[in-house]
Amino acid sequence: MATKADTRLTVGKTISYALVALWLIIAAFPFFWTFWGSFKVQADFLSKADWMNALTGANTIEQTGSAFTGAGYHGAWVLEGFWQNALNTGVVVFSVVVISLTIGTLGGYALARSGFRYAFWILMAALVFRAMPHITLVSGYMLPFFEWNIWGLLPTTIIVLVAINQPFTLWMLHSFFLNIPKDLDESAMVDGCTRFQAFRHVIVPVMWPGVITTGLFSFLLAYNDFTVTAMLLSDENETIIPAINSFMGTTQVEGKIMYAVAAVVSATAPLFVLILFFQRQIVSGLTAGAVKG
Amino acid sequence: MKHRTFFWFILPTLSAMILFIFLPIISVFIQSLHIGHEQVLVVSESCGPFGCNETVAVDLEATEKLRQEAPLGQFNGLATYFNRSHLASVEVAEAWRTRQSFGSFFSEITNLPFYRALFFTATYTAIVTPLVIVLGLAIAVGVNNLHRLLKGPSIFVSLLPFLVTPLVGSLILFWMVDTDGILGASLQTLFDDPSLSLKASTALTWTMLIVYGVWHTLPFSFITFYAGLQTVPTDTLEAAQVDGATKWQRMMYVVVPHLIPLVSFVTLMLLMDNFRVFEPIVSFSAEAHATSLSWIIYNDLRESGNPLYGSAGATSIMTIIGVCILLMPVLIRIWRDFNRKAH
Amino acid sequence: MSLRNLTLTGALLGLMSTGAHAATCGPDGQSIRILASDFPAIHAVADAAEAACAGGASEFTRNHTTEARQIMNAALTPNPSEYTSVIVANSTLTQLMNDGLVRPLNDLVDKYGENIPENLLISMNGNVMAVAFMANAQHMFSRTDILEQAGVEGIPATFDELLSAAEKIRAAGIMEHPLVMNMKSGWNIGESFNLIFMANDGEFFEPGTAMPTVNSEAGIATLNTLKALVEYANPDYLTHASNETQALWEAGKAALGIMWGSRGAAILDDEGSTEEVTSNTVLSAAPSNEPGGTPAATLWWDGFTIASNVSDEEAEATFAALASALTPEMVAANNDDAVWLLDGFTPGAAAAGVSATAQAGAKPYPMLPQIGLIHNALGAELSDFLKGDESAEQALADVEAAYMTAAKEAGFVK
Repeated sequence: MATKADTRLTVGKTISYALVALWLIIAAFPFFWTFWGSFKVQADFLSKADWMNALTGANTIEQTGSAFTGAGYHGAWVLEGFWQNALNTGVVVFSVVVISLTIGTLGGYALARSGFRYAFWILMAALVFRAMPHITLVSGYMLPFFEWNIWGLLPTTIIVLVAINQPFTLWMLHSFFLNIPKDLDESAMVDGCTRFQAFRHVIVPVMWPGVITTGLFSFLLAYNDFTVTAMLLSDENETIIPAINSFMGTTQVEGKIMYAVAAVVSATAPLFVLILFFQRQIVSGLTAGAVKG
Repeated sequence: MKHRTFFWFILPTLSAMILFIFLPIISVFIQSLHIGHEQVLVVSESCGPFGCNETVAVDLEATEKLRQEAPLGQFNGLATYFNRSHLASVEVAEAWRTRQSFGSFFSEITNLPFYRALFFTATYTAIVTPLVIVLGLAIAVGVNNLHRLLKGPSIFVSLLPFLVTPLVGSLILFWMVDTDGILGASLQTLFDDPSLSLKASTALTWTMLIVYGVWHTLPFSFITFYAGLQTVPTDTLEAAQVDGATKWQRMMYVVVPHLIPLVSFVTLMLLMDNFRVFEPIVSFSAEAHATSLSWIIYNDLRESGNPLYGSAGATSIMTIIGVCILLMPVLIRIWRDFNRKAH
Repeated sequence: MSLRNLTLTGALLGLMSTGAHAATCGPDGQSIRILASDFPAIHAVADAAEAACAGGASEFTRNHTTEARQIMNAALTPNPSEYTSVIVANSTLTQLMNDGLVRPLNDLVDKYGENIPENLLISMNGNVMAVAFMANAQHMFSRTDILEQAGVEGIPATFDELLSAAEKIRAAGIMEHPLVMNMKSGWNIGESFNLIFMANDGEFFEPGTAMPTVNSEAGIATLNTLKALVEYANPDYLTHASNETQALWEAGKAALGIMWGSRGAAILDDEGSTEEVTSNTVLSAAPSNEPGGTPAATLWWDGFTIASNVSDEEAEATFAALASALTPEMVAANNDDAVWLLDGFTPGAAAAGVSATAQAGAKPYPMLPQIGLIHNALGAELSDFLKGDESAEQALADVEAAYMTAAKEAGFVK
């Protein structure tokens, strides 16, 4: 499979399309499998007896009388109050994306345009920072946060998530800004704009492919984070991922793992809608740069 | 850009990083140079629902006194870095001295936790990184050539492995590759071997982890390259076409050079993330066959009762150093580009 | 030993009757903040405490999280600490005591503990450090129908009987891998070692010190027993923890098991399994080496502690609230969620295994400050032996070397 990319010239577009199609199937299959399985009982979806049960729902029929059940969803949303976690996640993710992109765009732009040595060293330092395993960082935060009495709060977690994802954001945006020709903003400055005005009026309109892509990853990093949210949030401020983990953690009793599966599917549903809804913006954002050249 | 302007642009992001990453790294480093106080043990009688027995306990008063004398613990220099859990200098020297063959030396070394983890980490990084870059680029080009209406859905589906929460995504896959799961059972039929188990053999566990790694990180390289492809200057492409360049030549001489900053970026991020591979090991319960540096840190911090901060700190610092060594070629490249830009 | 048996059996059977009591809450207007893990039984205790005493408190908060063990030491270190109480087990209590984060409860027991039987007080040199309320242990699970079909008489009580029963089931062609055990690399494999090591009367440390003694005859015998057992376990055994073994059992893919008593109720209920499996599953004492020998088990308890770094009033209010939760009514309402050590508990079929194991003289999980380190070393180093990559001696030497490195860092050995 790996060699197909190299042989594109001779085998042509067909191979390229086949590769895309294959990838799309591999990418989507576990997702649809999970979606389908979320309407089964645990004995079927995670069947030890025969995986065909997950398709036919033998135990689901036996236990609930029909081949599909919404018990997992009922359990997660009604019995376990999953909506509260969803709400917390919304707050955390939105704030992280907005703050990350705002300060990351300014920083990334400055680094891409500065020719001074220290700009390079800041980039290097950011890389070293990123190499630090998150779990070590989080363990280090715990004691001071408890002492300052800010442990467990949403703003604390938001700031931590912004900070530890900043090296990534900075590097990604910096790489994109390098792709935007220098002449654009410099000619604006020749026309009398300050650096910030040039940034605001010339760069901002063309930076969207990079910003949207970066935003997408900031979003997913914040959304899927487990290390930080599990250790820094108290029960009532818990976001969905640690909540899902506790549905299926060491305390797993019969049925609860299906809460987790249902919760995962429900957690992905809004993403589905969001991305479908913003599909046009994302694709047009990604393609916008092409016009500018 | 003037120093002043630069300062104001960079200030917010820099202060966040200094506060939450740089200072903690310093403190972790200092911690790694120390070991705990001597725990003064006293023999005690412990009683509970299951009867009484003789046991030991920490003499808190005596230990507290030691703690107050030196709040950081006993200074240990770099000894933690060279003990058996890390570089194991004594054990390695001993294994070298008593070696019968290179193979026996190698197996002695990989019996030490740090080298065993390093071996897997390096293999994983060396395989997953190039695969993800090449496949990601190939798929990005493929999707870019698709009809307009198909692009949106393709991008969406390609993001799915990233959307599904790693924690649960890997759990689902884990059950699928179980001997009774859909993939595990299919493989058994395919190879006509009823005792085939992906989880019971080291080689198959490694393969499974690598396949998962590619599946999970491919969206990152795909979407970055796809976004980059949108900014390829069309006039240059057209000019090349007029000059009679084939598609392949246009790809190699126009598109790829344009994407170089992104390729460097993606390589950096992938090398770094793959070097810190951790989640799949825990989610796939693969500890018996594969451990990584990050897993060692996790194990020191979470699994030994009271956390071993010094040991975890030493492994963290060595992870950083490992990443820096790994990134060297890419960094030198970036340094040259940077100097060219500066002049 | 007879005393131990008597007291536990007494508690299990509810013989130590103290009569019903009304909730006595501590001083009014205090803040009660509890950190606990996320088990149904622990929810039940915290619910009862909240129902009884939240009215008079200025604040009553609870944080049930699977990460409790990871955050508790940091949470209790500041003064005042984040929580006034942590609900712990054997191993987590030592983790708090090592840092001096929980207070002696003797005076509080005198004041509010009239309903707490003496044997539930966890004490260290006479200082009460925790109050236990439930028990747990790993023990035998057997499928009587399959044993009968394979011609095995009775339920295996020793390892020899267990192995020969497994062999008979395999020879009869009923199951290739009839045995399930929690052998997942890490904590679980370490705990499986502990179980059999206990049955071999092994000692983890030289008495009174932190010098390890697992690389001993008992240790090698333990590893050989483990190796013989896993011959009959599913080839994926190194990835099997409670969730997997329970699922295998419920799917009818195992006939003999060594699993946690706390899973008994979930296995015996009608959810997730078939009538054939549930009606033929019998829970019994953990196997031993010799008939009547020490069972291969470690006894566990869960109980509550009170933080050191809180005001005496808060400590008092928290203790009173939690103590008032340990009523027969609470137990009756949640009878099957745990093996309660409290009045009002009616041991059902699900508790039979834990009860029998305790009565047969199983030992508690050692309450030593450095036990976590050796447990972790066992968990990390033993899989090489079971995979066949190294000898038992080498594996145990690795365990001791890994332990010594960690123990030096933690300050337990020089």
